[in-house]
Amino acid sequence: MERKPSSRGRTLRSSKGHERREGEGVRSRLRRFSIGFGWFFLQLIVCASNLVPLDTLAQTSISAPHDVRVFDTPSDGGGSLTVQWAPSSWDGPDARYQVLAGDAAVTDPAALTIIAEFPANSKYVKDAKTAWWTRNVDKTWHQVLVRSAKGFEVKDGTSYAVAVATVQGDQRVFSPVLVASPSPDWFNWNQLNNLIIALSFGGLVFYSISYAKRHEIFLRRIPGLDAVDEAIGRATELGKPILYLTGAHDLHDPSTIAAAVILGKVAKRAALYETELLVPHREPITMAVCQEITKQAYLEAGKPDLFKEDANFFITADQFSYTAAVDGIMLRKKPAANFFMGAYFAESLLLTETGASTGAIQIAGTDSDHQLPFFVTTCDYTLIGEELYAASAYLSKEPVQIGTLLGQDIGKVVVLSAIGIGIVLATVGAVTGEQWPQLFLDLFRDLK
Amino acid sequence: MIFLRRQLPLLITLVTGLLFAAQYYVPHPASEQMLTSATKWLQIVGGFALILGVTSLFHQHAVKIRRQEAGWGYSLVLYVGMLGTIAVGLWTNGKESVEGTMTAFGWVYNYMMVPLQGTMFAILAFFIASAAYRSFRAKSREAAVLLVAAVIVMMGRVPLGEYLIPLSGDVSSWILNVLNSSVRRAILIGVSLGAVALSFKIIFGVERSYLGGGKE
Repeated sequence: MERKPSSRGRTLRSSKGHERREGEGVRSRLRRFSIGFGWFFLQLIVCASNLVPLDTLAQTSISAPHDVRVFDTPSDGGGSLTVQWAPSSWDGPDARYQVLAGDAAVTDPAALTIIAEFPANSKYVKDAKTAWWTRNVDKTWHQVLVRSAKGFEVKDGTSYAVAVATVQGDQRVFSPVLVASPSPDWFNWNQLNNLIIALSFGGLVFYSISYAKRHEIFLRRIPGLDAVDEAIGRATELGKPILYLTGAHDLHDPSTIAAAVILGKVAKRAALYETELLVPHREPITMAVCQEITKQAYLEAGKPDLFKEDANFFITADQFSYTAAVDGIMLRKKPAANFFMGAYFAESLLLTETGASTGAIQIAGTDSDHQLPFFVTTCDYTLIGEELYAASAYLSKEPVQIGTLLGQDIGKVVVLSAIGIGIVLATVGAVTGEQWPQLFLDLFRDLK
Repeated sequence: MIFLRRQLPLLITLVTGLLFAAQYYVPHPASEQMLTSATKWLQIVGGFALILGVTSLFHQHAVKIRRQEAGWGYSLVLYVGMLGTIAVGLWTNGKESVEGTMTAFGWVYNYMMVPLQGTMFAILAFFIASAAYRSFRAKSREAAVLLVAAVIVMMGRVPLGEYLIPLSGDVSSWILNVLNSSVRRAILIGVSLGAVALSFKIIFGVERSYLGGGKE
């Protein structure tokens, strides 16, 4: 008899060539034991089922929801009541909860209108978009908002009777009827984190401004803004005008304001070089503001006589009509420098590609991230995102303006740190199932 | 006079800026009502400002026609188009159709305005091709990276491309969802901080060049 090693137990080979595995004996004993145990377990179930009916085996007896609370929804605009109650042992897909509401005078819960009905393992406090600092109960509690629905209106200042029922099969057990009235609130405490972050950032910006007044701050080069002088100089040399666009939005958009501020700097240099400036607009109010800015720039440059009222002119508010008109100006007047500042949409490529075909030097600056690829591919220089807002500081070199950039940079460091820490904590929370990382993550959540 | 030109606008900016920043945190219906009213007022002011714009437009093109500058014929077309549209608009009470029948105003809008807008938008396809041709010439390392990424994404976004190069679908999704999204978000963070900082500067009167009138 010879022995040969095998990966699964050892193989025994007899002199007659028959093979038999040595582990087979152990496994057959195990199989016999498991069959015996299975049979015993089955007998046990049969015996138990003789004592208790099978259908009641799956059910647990239900009772009324306990610790039910009904109150005006906090931090809301009114017209809503919050109902909360503690989780129970029967919470599962078989049982259901009903939330009932009606006139405050009703005392019989069965007479109330069913506002919501759902499986007992759903609608928890954790599902609501609230922060930990506004929660008054554990996240495992149930929570439902009672709002106006078809056939039931919730009015501020009116009292309503609310009850919760547990339903299983034909059984329905009610909680006591509670009364509450909704009212609007003057502050959304869920957004407290947002307010604190905004105020902190504002404080940081003003601290940076005061710091910049006392210290010299390094400002990195922005090639697109260095090229402004080059572009205006080129237009002067060629005796051609400068075309400046302020974007598609009106002055409610910070990017349009940034574009208008940069226009002041460009207009001042254009006035110094005595170069014609064309500023076609899509929005009349922006046009009026830009007229004032341009006028002031010419005054500051000491060339008020060169200022033309119609340097800023209105074309149309329509996207493609405006684009067609500006393309026409580019092709007829052949400006030597084109500036595209502010917000843009589909017209960006139509404008810049036409400008490129006329051989103009093109500088774009936009916070419209979806249009950035078009500007980058068709313009000589592009101010990407925040550089548009930095342009004013870069061109003026005023400490007040530069200080703002310092504040923004510190803000970015804070945001990046929060992202890094948040990633680590979210991962720890997901892996360990711990709740404490959520305390930090909630601080940076956008809660309404 | 300086109060009216500088201090009053700055005061209005400060008060309204703080008021509407605070409005974001106030869920009370009065706060919503205030925002709605302000929006309506803005629309009304915008409507009046349109008179300013149209006056500017008429003046601009009237000067061109009078001086017979290059392309003054286009200015004439603008005058005819605008006055003609106003005339048919007034004639039909601004209605595009009456009892299912298209009015002259509707005809101008549907058979002139819409096709012209469509034409401008359609030109975009050709401009994308020409812009892509110029930017995809691999003259620099950056342009080469752009070219390779663009080819992969283009292949991954069309069925034939994904059929020919099966991996291109996953790679293009990765480029779009990981590289592209992360860069876009980084830009958006910078933009948001820049916009908030600019808003603070405007509200508190640190940035006032948008008012014109210089510093004093």
